[in-house]
Amino acid sequence: MSDKGMNLTLKIWRQKDSKSKGKMETYKVTEISEHMSFLEMLDVLNEQLINAGDEPVAFDHDCREGICGMCSLYINGEAHGPDKGITTCQLHMRMFNDGETITIEPFRAAAFPVEKDLIIDRTAMDRIQHAGGFVSVNTSGNTQDANAIPINKLDADKAFDAAACIGCGACIATCKNGSAMLFVGAKVSQYSLLPQGKIEADERVLNMVNQMDVEGFGNCTNTGACEVECPKGISLENIARMNKDFLSASIRSEK
Amino acid sequence: MSVLNSKVPTGPIKDKWTKHKNEINLVNPANKRHIDIIVVGTGLAGGAAAASLAEMGYKVKAFAYQDSPRRAHSIAAQGGINAAKNYQNDGDSVYRLFYDTVKGGDYRGREGNVYRLAEVSANIIDQCVAQGVPFGREYGGLLSNRSFGGVLVSRTFYAKGQTGQQLLLGAYSAMNRQIGKGKIKMYNRHEMLDLVLVDGKARGIIARNMITGELEKHSAHAVVIASGGYGNVFFLSTNAMGSNVTAAWQIHKKGAYFANPCYTQIHPTCIPRSGDYQSKLTLMSESLRNDGRIWVPKKMEDVEAIRAGKKMPKDLSEDERDYYLERRYPAFGNLVPRDVASRAAKERCDAGFGVNATGEAVYLDFASAIERYGKEAAYVAGNHEPSSVEVIKLGEAVIEEKYGNLFQMYEKITADNPYKTPMQIYPAVHYTMGGIWVDYNLMTTIPGCYAAGEANFSDHGANRLGASALMQGLADGYFVLPYTIGDYLSNEIRTGEISTDLPEFVQAEKDVKNRLDGLMNIKGTKSVDYFHKELGKVMWNNCGMARNEKDLKEAGVKIRAIREEFYKDLRIPGSAMELNPELEKATRVADFLELGELFAKDALNRNESCGGHFRDESVELDGPQKGEAKRDDVNYKYVSAWEWMGDPGEAKLHKEELEFNDIELKTRSYK
Repeated sequence: MSDKGMNLTLKIWRQKDSKSKGKMETYKVTEISEHMSFLEMLDVLNEQLINAGDEPVAFDHDCREGICGMCSLYINGEAHGPDKGITTCQLHMRMFNDGETITIEPFRAAAFPVEKDLIIDRTAMDRIQHAGGFVSVNTSGNTQDANAIPINKLDADKAFDAAACIGCGACIATCKNGSAMLFVGAKVSQYSLLPQGKIEADERVLNMVNQMDVEGFGNCTNTGACEVECPKGISLENIARMNKDFLSASIRSEK
Repeated sequence: MSVLNSKVPTGPIKDKWTKHKNEINLVNPANKRHIDIIVVGTGLAGGAAAASLAEMGYKVKAFAYQDSPRRAHSIAAQGGINAAKNYQNDGDSVYRLFYDTVKGGDYRGREGNVYRLAEVSANIIDQCVAQGVPFGREYGGLLSNRSFGGVLVSRTFYAKGQTGQQLLLGAYSAMNRQIGKGKIKMYNRHEMLDLVLVDGKARGIIARNMITGELEKHSAHAVVIASGGYGNVFFLSTNAMGSNVTAAWQIHKKGAYFANPCYTQIHPTCIPRSGDYQSKLTLMSESLRNDGRIWVPKKMEDVEAIRAGKKMPKDLSEDERDYYLERRYPAFGNLVPRDVASRAAKERCDAGFGVNATGEAVYLDFASAIERYGKEAAYVAGNHEPSSVEVIKLGEAVIEEKYGNLFQMYEKITADNPYKTPMQIYPAVHYTMGGIWVDYNLMTTIPGCYAAGEANFSDHGANRLGASALMQGLADGYFVLPYTIGDYLSNEIRTGEISTDLPEFVQAEKDVKNRLDGLMNIKGTKSVDYFHKELGKVMWNNCGMARNEKDLKEAGVKIRAIREEFYKDLRIPGSAMELNPELEKATRVADFLELGELFAKDALNRNESCGGHFRDESVELDGPQKGEAKRDDVNYKYVSAWEWMGDPGEAKLHKEELEFNDIELKTRSYK
């Protein structure tokens, strides 16, 4: 790499809207600093495109600190790119080499239609949450004192680890079946590990799994790719727990 | 000043909220089903309000520019949420939280609102636990607390460094329950571009569907703005890229007064900037100041050696380090409030002691905490004479448990390992205490239009204490607004559905269309980001951590010039009738370019130093507080509420005099 930074070739998916066909286009960027984030590199490209009178590349992003779950790029064949335990916005250019060609695509899954370029529609994930991703308690504030329900620290920590999911969809984009089991398993687990959530655990797991199927997400075949690509390290254990909960709930719910 | 009636109830402060709740009008459940409420923004305030209002039986329409309500920027809040639970038995109480917040805000907040906030704080924790929010716990199964700046008790509840995420997901789950029932209609990827008034009342909004570009008319009996703060007027801030002032600014232009725009929180612990391409700044939670010690070298030769790479920070002995916060503020040390910590960092860096190449960085060092925790952990494990390697290993594990995600985030951005070498930090724009003026009911100066959370001005005065934003957002959304809005809506039960065919809606839609076409048709040569960065430079250089008359006057002139150039030379590729991120940015920057000018005007008007607003002209010249900010209660003990008069430079000032009956006004000291 020269002092001036890296020169890179970018192959990027361009698609006008959900109805049009898309294709890969090639662009060049020069003098990219290794300290730049990946999205800042795309900012540089877009500034270049705008100055040349072309249309910039549309991509989703917001917090740019790895927590909102908005950014969703499939880089060189990996959700959120080559680094581990991060989102696209936390990926830095020091992970790449001068002269490299980088391929950038949207997260792809049957349930994730492309809206434009690299922007996809992930509302199917929200609809699964509508089906049961909550504890049925009103927000009156007139609940019992928070310390009236002591919770074993181990369970509390496990519930937290499951709740750390940012809903980005990397697990789904990575899965060869386009399965949402890790995403749904994380929410089911968070609540089933806590006494507050146990009461309606059966109903929740049945409804959420049902909605997952309705939305067209695939099945789980235990390859574990989702766990590898999850930026928040959500464990496969959550899928196992959901399967266990689903099975026992199914048996109990049979009339 | 008759319009600025704060409507704070009479009577003793501890009874005001209860009395008010007992006296305000209610809406009968059967009537609620026929009343529509629009909520703009789905962060803690908006999400909580939407869920609560829907539970109560109102028909709610919620709007977010993100693709899901779960992504609102409340999600990025790290350190914690305050509540006067006194679980630690360290002398905390509702009064003490109230007192700390008023004092922390440098006596520029409204007593009645702040007391209510402290009063409902405990319910927030109860509520969130009931929802399944996984707060940090002790081994006994009870909730854990940590300390934040500006207070002497431990009242902050947390979920590692992801408290905002967990609280927002709690509010999101409450919303999901109502969306699933059809009680909330959710409009993702929609941006509010105008407020519609009918007979002087807020009756709806014009929103742009960001996927198709179509403009939509939405009517309601009340409109709640919970769209967050305007820190992005500085271009670089810890806000999300999309965080914007547009909803708040559009209601301002329709008659809502904008209060204290100059009150901005510059957060002391952010990762320093690294280059011109930088798009945003990243916060390192204030909770780190529980365990991190802030320092710069004492001697200039050490500063130079560090910058040249000839010395490492750990090569400097304790004697060679200047722990300047501990030196200047022995009582609060590293836990002084944010405004004080930021100014102290700037003072050291301005004096040449900054430790990186740009000279704008200080150290936040965990070595002594790692040692302390390591020894403690070894002792508990029965190892009373641990080796230093054992101590460091155990200590690092404790730090990882507390702040693991923050340390990882730091390492990913900087490629430095903060377990082994101190973090480098520098202040950055983080939060805006100013916002839409609201009364005790959270209603703006437009009937039927409310503002909640960071979008309003009310609770934090001139400086917000750490872990109080989450508290205020949820207090407003869950427990305040759902009650107070009923007082207004009780008069709307006979109104019936509001037609979007009314001429006011048609006109507002036409105005927005013209505004968008106007931007598209400039067809100039420069990108939106170019103008946003230019604005940001003026804001930071002229309206940043220290302000003076000359700079502020210059800011007004420069911002006006940038705005003029924006409308002559802006280039937006594509069309308005499609997904067009450049157009989205342009509408937001157009509003920032107006707000920026009002910001400078407000800062110029306030010739005192208070909280985050520091005027070079107003400094203590002698005595124990020498060099500290000097507040002027004789001339500035008021809220500046600005009325739109057609141009930001022409805004008209209204004053709400602040009354302090329960807290004695005195110089804020953390020494």
